[in-house]
Amino acid sequence: MKNITKNKNNLYSLLALAVLLGFLAFLQSDTAGYSYQISILERSAIYGVVAVSMNLLTGFTGLFSLGQAGFMAIGAYIVAIFTIPVSARASVYYVSGISPVIANIQLPVPVALLLGGLAAAGLAALIGIPVLRLKSDYLAIATLGFSEIIRAFIAAPMFDTITNGSYGLKNIPGFSSIFTVFGLAALCIALMVLLINSSYGRTFKAIREDEIAAQSMGLNLFRYKELSFVISSFFTGIGGGMLAMFMRSIDSKTFQVSLTYDILLIVVLGGIGSVTGSILGSFLVTSGRELLRFFDEPLMVAGIQIPLFRSGFRMVIFSILLMVVVLFYRRGIMGDHEFSWDGLFRLIRGVPDRLKRLKKTPLKAGKGGRK
Amino acid sequence: MSFTTILQQCLTGISLGGAYALIAIGYTLVYGILRLINFAHGDIFMMAGYFMIFSMASMPWFIAVPVTLAVTVALGVSIERVAYRPLRQAPRMSVMISAIGVSYLLQNLATYLFTALPKGYPEIPFLKRIFQIGGLSASFVTFLTPVLTLVLVCLLIFLINHTKIGMAMRAVSKDYETASLMGIKINKTISFTFAVGSLLAGIGSILYFTDRMTVFPFSGSLPGLKCFVAAVFGGIGSIPGAVIGGFILGLGETALVAMGQSTFSDAFTFILLIVMLLIRPTGLFGEKTTDKV
Repeated sequence: MKNITKNKNNLYSLLALAVLLGFLAFLQSDTAGYSYQISILERSAIYGVVAVSMNLLTGFTGLFSLGQAGFMAIGAYIVAIFTIPVSARASVYYVSGISPVIANIQLPVPVALLLGGLAAAGLAALIGIPVLRLKSDYLAIATLGFSEIIRAFIAAPMFDTITNGSYGLKNIPGFSSIFTVFGLAALCIALMVLLINSSYGRTFKAIREDEIAAQSMGLNLFRYKELSFVISSFFTGIGGGMLAMFMRSIDSKTFQVSLTYDILLIVVLGGIGSVTGSILGSFLVTSGRELLRFFDEPLMVAGIQIPLFRSGFRMVIFSILLMVVVLFYRRGIMGDHEFSWDGLFRLIRGVPDRLKRLKKTPLKAGKGGRK
Repeated sequence: MSFTTILQQCLTGISLGGAYALIAIGYTLVYGILRLINFAHGDIFMMAGYFMIFSMASMPWFIAVPVTLAVTVALGVSIERVAYRPLRQAPRMSVMISAIGVSYLLQNLATYLFTALPKGYPEIPFLKRIFQIGGLSASFVTFLTPVLTLVLVCLLIFLINHTKIGMAMRAVSKDYETASLMGIKINKTISFTFAVGSLLAGIGSILYFTDRMTVFPFSGSLPGLKCFVAAVFGGIGSIPGAVIGGFILGLGETALVAMGQSTFSDAFTFILLIVMLLIRPTGLFGEKTTDKV
């Protein structure tokens, strides 16, 4: 019996995968016509990688780090510097020229991405030694600080010949097709899932649950925290590199603290400690932001312009939604559970019951808020 | 660099430091009681800037200033009420995320209501009057800021050490549950703490923006983070610590700008933070706490 359901679930997963691939192929067949949809999906997939890597740190190891934007910046700049075609470099570095050290090095994209990830991981290893001794909010503020320091160095005039200072880098080669983005993202996420399910992952969870207990079981706290921090930063760096390729042009302002907050929102919305939650969250948040775009347009009802609807209203709605999630659905969409077909079916089967309950007590349902 | 230039820079640094100190106190008070980095504090400071712009548009300054401060206090207290109080029993990470959410909301709200373009900050004539002492020249606000900061800090220390509500604040920050068993109204005390913090942020905002001339929706986020660093540097929970931290930060930043390294003036703050956390995690005047199993 158990075997049958397992086979059935595998079949569902295969079907879902086939539908997804079919959908992507459909979009890919007319890249010009669907460029808007494609760009939303690509951005979601990239944010998904970064969100899962943040979740690895925050949700599975219990380390609240706010340094994502900094590590993304490192990955993005490495990829940009080494993949901009040599012929285009003169036009990119038109202000202060290009440093002769990097002027003629052009790496293939996969190598550059890997290098970006490794650079982010290497820096994380260095930063981790002092910072990981700190606890919760001190760690958050210290990593936030490092992310700002990285940004300051990128924008600093003395590195103009490498990072092009405040002018940013452009002409970064983009992705050839949506499949590349999704494939890369899937590969990164799969690797992290493998890690989470390994004995290392269980150690991370032990540290998250109770540091002192984990330590008294003989676990080397620092070693595992450092490992989690380095691996998370590696994938954040790769995510940053992918973002650079997606955006085609980057500057130091792309990697402000607000980028970290965006990723944090995705993780919180999806559920801290759930990989599928983070993936779901990144698609919801990224597309939600686009769907709410009509709030920014002036709205006419019966010839009268509704005064609330103007530029910026979308983000207000978005942040209020976020606060509602934080205050009332603290566990996010998935909590710390993973997606499973059984869970989905249970949810669907449960809907009629819930509707019935709602109908029976329509007044109470509205008053269910906390005092 | 001549001696006068150095003095001039010191004066600017001390003035900036005074404004930082006032904001840092807000962080230190809230952290002392709730163990929460109030990420929204910098944005309360920014909103106070906007309140001032709008109240100055229709009122003379001596009415506009109290109105601004009152609205800022109301904002701070209601943020605590809506976003932090429901999470009192929640894990610390949730409260922190809620604080980040509020900060995000305030920034977006300000962008929506007042547009992202910098708005000119109104001038209070007597604050902007230029004084000349020897080779030094500075506006009145530059001299006023450090003096006012010290006066307010003395008042605050008196409030905390010698009044009943101050005693309640100390009790709540020492031990939450015992304090409530002793009959202290926790929620009232916390609201009061937020009111004091927001009031000081409001005053700091007037002093800070009078020198900077413009306000925009993100003008609170970086000063906010810096002031938190100042609070950590001085030892979180300690008011004199926050003040000294604020002044050191202001002076250090001005010195870096004077040396032409303005790109690194922000990085300097965080380097200071990390060095401090490594050498002395409790800050200059912080109390040492040990974790109990």
